[in-house]
Amino acid sequence: MIVAEKKPMEEIIEEVKGYNKILIAGCNECVTVCEAGGKKEVQVLASALRMYFMNQGKEIKIDEVTLERQCDHEYLEEIRNIIDQYDAVLSLACGVGVQFMAEKYFTTPILPGVNTCFLGATEERGFWTERCQACGQCILARTGGICPVSRCAKRLLNGPCGGSTKGKCEIDSNVDCAWQLIIDRLKALGRLEQDYEKLTPIKDWSTDRAGGPRKVVREDVRI
Amino acid sequence: MRLQYPDTIRVVRVPCTGKVDIIHILRSFEKGADGVYVVGCMEGDCRFNNGNIRAKKRVALAKKILDTIGIGGERVQMFNLSSAEGPKFAQYAVEMTDKIKELGANPIKKAFKKKAA
Ligand code: SF4
Ligand code: SF4
Repeated sequence: MIVAEKKPMEEIIEEVKGYNKILIAGCNECVTVCEAGGKKEVQVLASALRMYFMNQGKEIKIDEVTLERQCDHEYLEEIRNIIDQYDAVLSLACGVGVQFMAEKYFTTPILPGVNTCFLGATEERGFWTERCQACGQCILARTGGICPVSRCAKRLLNGPCGGSTKGKCEIDSNVDCAWQLIIDRLKALGRLEQDYEKLTPIKDWSTDRAGGPRKVVREDVRI
Repeated sequence: MRLQYPDTIRVVRVPCTGKVDIIHILRSFEKGADGVYVVGCMEGDCRFNNGNIRAKKRVALAKKILDTIGIGGERVQMFNLSSAEGPKFAQYAVEMTDKIKELGANPIKKAFKKKAA
């Protein structure tokens, strides 16, 4: 999923001050799971902001809504008939949701309420780690199911580098060396010979960000 | 055991302090409460394993939010006691009431009164 973090309250106050009618919009998907922008976070933020402004003697309208997703037209359409009641929307969706909403509601400022961090997994409640950088050419079949693009600090395809020490990466002794993990898993799978001993050719990075903004077109499902 | 505690306190019963969420604390202030305190079981004695630890973290976050928005985090507090400590319940009620009296009314109410005046 997409992992995001709540923005500090101080930053959000700076973003929204100056607007008098604000809609806080949560998203029911990834940001709900990582407890950054779901219905609960919308409620807490709305209550806190209302009190902040009340305490300043200002009467600001702050309403709440949580959409199924903010990265799909059909759910974003659900606020079309109320959007004109607001001077601004504070979206707690990932950066995709914020932008998609901004494209749809061109004359309403749509502000981000979270910092979108990475594609990752929930290791345990309250602890998320990165797993994928969406490089567009997945090589997990050859790397024992461990991604060196997202988990090796140098994105090495033929690792490890000389800095790998006791299974840890040279950037931080608390970070696993991705290549140590790859070798350990390939050993366990009995695939060291086939997968590790062969040099991986230069990767085509044009499907990564190096090729500019990307798109996926599926003629078979387009109508 | 019949014990007296200040009648300004409104008791909201929950099955476990783990049920208390940040929004409950914030909404109380939004509706004009001057202070909120959560009374849970002793740490390590939660019937649901860690409900009171969750409550402690939520109280801590509520404090932080209330500080940021100018209401004052010291208006929220967590107390722990065992179910056999009735007198302590009354004692905490007095302690909290004294503290809130010292801090004065919820600033939101003050801000609105000033505006109305
Ligand atoms: S190789 Fe690319 S697509 Fe596969 S997990 Fe790593 S970053 Fe993601
Ligand atoms: S120590 Fe391992 S993870 Fe770190 S940069 Fe070198 S090969 Fe990559």
